Amino acid sequence: MRQEMEEALRGNNADYLDLRIEKRNTSHVVYRGKEMEDIGRAGSQGGSVRALVKGGWGFVSFDDLSRLRDKVKLAIAQARMAGNEKSQIATLPPAVHLFDGDGGAGYRAVPLARKKALVEEYNQLLWSVPRIQTSNIGYGDVYKRVVFANSEGSYIEQERTDFVLRLAAIARDGADVQQAHLSVGSLGNFNAVTGLHRQVKEMAERAVQLLSAPKVTGGEFPVVLDPVLGGVFTHEAFGHLSESDFVYENDAVREIMVLGKKFGQPHLNIVDGAAVPGLRGSYKYDDEGVPATKSYLIRDGILVGRLHSRETAAKMGESPTGNARALDYHFPPIVRMTNTFIEPGKVSFQDMVGEIKEGIYARNWYGGTTSMEMFTFSAGEAYMIRNGKIAEMVRPVVLTGNVFTTLGLIDAIGNDLDMNQGGGCGKGAQSPLPVSNGSPHIRISRCLVGGR
Amino acid sequence: MTGSESIGIILGQAQKVAAEAEVFQMRTEETPVRFETNRLKQVMSRQGVVTALRLVKDGRTGFATISGQDGAGEIVAMALETAPFGAPAKFTLPARMEYTGVEVLDPGVEKVSVEEMMGLGQGLIDRLKAHTPEIVCEGAVAKVVAEVRLVNSRGGAVSFRKSLFVLSMEGMVTRDTDMLFVGDSEASCRPIRDNETVARSIIDQLEHARRRASVSSGRLPVIFTPRCVAGALMMPLSMGFNGKIVMQGASPLGKKLGEKVFSDQFSLYEDATIPFAARSRPCDDEGVPSQRNVLIDRGVVGCFLYDLQTAALAGTRSTGNGSRATGGLPVTQPSSLVIGEGKTSFEDMVKDMREGLIVEELMGAEQGNVLGGDFSGNVLLGYKVEGGEIAGRVKDTMVSGNIYEALRDIVAVGQRSRWVGGMLKTPPLYLPRLSVVSKG
Ligand SMILES: [Zn+2]
Repeated sequence: MRQEMEEALRGNNADYLDLRIEKRNTSHVVYRGKEMEDIGRAGSQGGSVRALVKGGWGFVSFDDLSRLRDKVKLAIAQARMAGNEKSQIATLPPAVHLFDGDGGAGYRAVPLARKKALVEEYNQLLWSVPRIQTSNIGYGDVYKRVVFANSEGSYIEQERTDFVLRLAAIARDGADVQQAHLSVGSLGNFNAVTGLHRQVKEMAERAVQLLSAPKVTGGEFPVVLDPVLGGVFTHEAFGHLSESDFVYENDAVREIMVLGKKFGQPHLNIVDGAAVPGLRGSYKYDDEGVPATKSYLIRDGILVGRLHSRETAAKMGESPTGNARALDYHFPPIVRMTNTFIEPGKVSFQDMVGEIKEGIYARNWYGGTTSMEMFTFSAGEAYMIRNGKIAEMVRPVVLTGNVFTTLGLIDAIGNDLDMNQGGGCGKGAQSPLPVSNGSPHIRISRCLVGGR
Repeated sequence: MTGSESIGIILGQAQKVAAEAEVFQMRTEETPVRFETNRLKQVMSRQGVVTALRLVKDGRTGFATISGQDGAGEIVAMALETAPFGAPAKFTLPARMEYTGVEVLDPGVEKVSVEEMMGLGQGLIDRLKAHTPEIVCEGAVAKVVAEVRLVNSRGGAVSFRKSLFVLSMEGMVTRDTDMLFVGDSEASCRPIRDNETVARSIIDQLEHARRRASVSSGRLPVIFTPRCVAGALMMPLSMGFNGKIVMQGASPLGKKLGEKVFSDQFSLYEDATIPFAARSRPCDDEGVPSQRNVLIDRGVVGCFLYDLQTAALAGTRSTGNGSRATGGLPVTQPSSLVIGEGKTSFEDMVKDMREGLIVEELMGAEQGNVLGGDFSGNVLLGYKVEGGEIAGRVKDTMVSGNIYEALRDIVAVGQRSRWVGGMLKTPPLYLPRLSVVSKG
């Protein structure tokens, strides 16, 4: 394939060209209620070409790998239609990297029967909890090989395997339906989704307990977030704002995101990086062939960096960070997070909670989203904090805040970093992209909580 | 090899090893042009073909999909591998049947040039900039032509072509760290020739948000605009009427068939037969002819939605809602949803409120206990009503409630409906007092 790809890219009249060819295999097992609903396999193969001419981009995706040169020509013609300025992309030495993984052996070593048996085992465990109305479990995995080549001489082969398991237990009392969730994932390690029996049982019990839990009265509260929800908070409340494609051509936003701006107190440090190994957002090269990095976004409370593609880096006069990612060959790479987390501080969980008279301890994620200025995220599990102690369980809560003020309201950072690997990120139509996020326990002095 | 030949070959191979088989194939050609920072940024073209095989072997369902031309030879083996673990097949594939012509193809879509698409998007941006010079717009114009083919071992066969045209635009106005987001979209099987609908809607949003207002915390009457109805209410309602969820006993509507659960002002239809609607089709992804399903008739629960397998398990018939959008076996999903029009004008709803809220976009509404009908979200775009008039945009405000309670006690239904993003046609809804918490 290498020769055909390099051949197709040679001698064209464009400022920049790249070509990605991808092959993927997936399998899935779905249980709904006591019965298995769906088990299946899928395979796909395809590619895409990207062309840059006078600042305009052309993009062609295809399933048919023949006549690559025609596809390159089409992308160039499209880019020419869109272009009307000088092309700018960060300069980068060409890189060559060949497959160095197991060629999918680890993926193939887990037979479909084993995956089905695992999900069935969890489902039976879940149903062993009295008063469970029903269950939903989805297991999915992806093995993919991506080959990248560009007009500057880079040629990069990479492969990865992702495992994701999502479980929900549903309890019901008349018209009142309550649910509890668990999501786990791993880059390359099937064992990360096995052995979760205790957590699965606890989840099912929690769904039942929720039926008798009261709803919170909405308002502003001090909240303590566990590492999983703290990770989702970091991703939604700050991570998306650090994606430079939102910033680079918008003068008003460039002004409010100027490096050196104070976002939090001096104890706050936020990092993103695919170069942090072994996590769901980890890789060696991004989908533009830029080597992965680990970047500080906030250091000692001050904005010090942001996430870049080659184009956003060049247009902002900053260094590329290796954060251009594409969901698959149907999409061009755009600026995305990888592994995003708050670095641990010094406060113990006891001290953090001990200082709160009335507040909320929120755990586990259910969802999250951001508008860039405002964010919302929802807990899977919540408890009142009363007079410095964790008190009664309440119905899960949705929390909201302003990106520019809430980071500054983090007034305690725990000493217990943990990563949430069960999530996926959506941006535009590209969802879910494997990412991880994490945090120690953190306390936000005031946060708006929805409720009756 | 043409499409019809290849799926015929796959069906033939599958029939040699399995009792029943069905091959579904969809080819798409999509041409989107994307705008960023008020100008054209990218021209794209996407071509793809997906083939899915479902077979029944020893009473169990096997399934596999292949994207791309290659690998059609492997698909039978892949599906066979999954069959021993598959769910017991309860469905009967539809045999030869008549399909009434649902209009979903306008040859004009294919003929729209990239230059015309560029002009449509840029024209919209220029119009919004003329209204609000500091607006920064991002959006897309796209045309899609899809070809669907389906054959099964009981002689069922159908093929159709469908066109789709989409215009979507979002604008952002930044003042210090205050950001205002406005936007709208339009989708149809016919070409969209002018920007009027989307431009009008976005300009109205900009006008209403011009001033700022603060709202008090407490229980306030709330109007959901059509965009908010789509964003906040459709997901929980779709789940409530999903036959699978009903069968699992997880829908609050489960045992309420024929009962009055909602306000008698509220009617809801699911309809894949509306001519040229973005989600219309002559049949679903299992070859079951499209029909109009009355989900709520003046407050009374009329029916639930089913695909073939779920219907068989529930002892009923498919309502034509088998969807392959998830990439796995067909699951139940609604096509277009339509909320019946009422008698009250939007202006009269506003006039009726002493203090209240109009919500245009509720961010995070789908993040709560959706199955139970709970919603809770940040008012990303919404306006305070004071003494019967729109006073200005509110911020730092959350609205929470439960759809089953809110739609039971609905105050009024708007008399004029509109399409939102090609998926829902709805008037504005005037809801009873909901919990509002605000930083003020
Ligand atoms: Zn995200």
